[in-house]
Amino acid sequence: MYSATEKALIASIWEKVTPHTEQWGGEALERLFAVFPQTKIYFKHVDTSPGSAAIRSHGDKVMKAIGSAAGDLDNMLTTLSSLSNLHAYNLMVDPVNFKLLSHCILVVLANHLPSEFTPEAHLAFDKFLASVAAILSQKYR
Amino acid sequence: MVHWTDEERQAITSIWAEVNVEEAGHQALTRVLVVYPWTQRYFSTFGNVSNATAIAGNHMVRAHGKRVVVALGDAIKNLDNVKATYAKLSELHSEKLHVDPENFKLLGETLIISLAAQFGAAFTPDIQAAWQKLMAVVTAALSKQYY
Repeated sequence: MYSATEKALIASIWEKVTPHTEQWGGEALERLFAVFPQTKIYFKHVDTSPGSAAIRSHGDKVMKAIGSAAGDLDNMLTTLSSLSNLHAYNLMVDPVNFKLLSHCILVVLANHLPSEFTPEAHLAFDKFLASVAAILSQKYR
Repeated sequence: MVHWTDEERQAITSIWAEVNVEEAGHQALTRVLVVYPWTQRYFSTFGNVSNATAIAGNHMVRAHGKRVVVALGDAIKNLDNVKATYAKLSELHSEKLHVDPENFKLLGETLIISLAAQFGAAFTPDIQAAWQKLMAVVTAALSKQYY
């Protein structure tokens, strides 16, 4: 459950992310692959070298999806429903990896928005990304 | 025995040279207490740690954060023997402080985030990777004496 303050924090941070979804999304994935190389197994068909166009485009996609969830916090189940199906029935990404990517997204936010990413904003975002992860793994079994 | 490449050692020492120990410790510990409020259970003698403002302004939290990051310096000076360096600290956390080792992971994560905020572009993915490896080694060493 989000307090009004948390909702406001998530919205204001995300407003600053929106112009940079491709660059920062790509960077989050680049950090994921550098820090947790085992995550590359899900991308064997893709060029995962740093700065690759494929990764920037995928990062953009991921960030935009997160953005749509952030834009309607009370209806995340509906917003993320088809992505939830995709992850459960097609991708079958082990849910532990959602935590790893969430961490890398938080690192990117702290990196680019050091004054806005206060401890309170960090809390709101950590909660939010954990909800996204829970919804994405909801139909796994 | 942990194997460190020259690049990893360099990544660790070059960032460490620029870290403001008190500030990094304060940031990291404040974030642990705010983002994972159940960790407040270990700080009942620290006075008011019940909300973000109180935590950020709490002198005991600041002092303790500094102490933790100063101790991290010992690991960095002894990268080839972190386990032995932290044997007594591990015993302390298990036998006296009764800290769930999961908390070492949490503090490691918030320290990485605090460093990312301080260093910006200089905190590259490869440098982050070296520091995450350091956090994993420190966590393992601090967990070693639990039984």
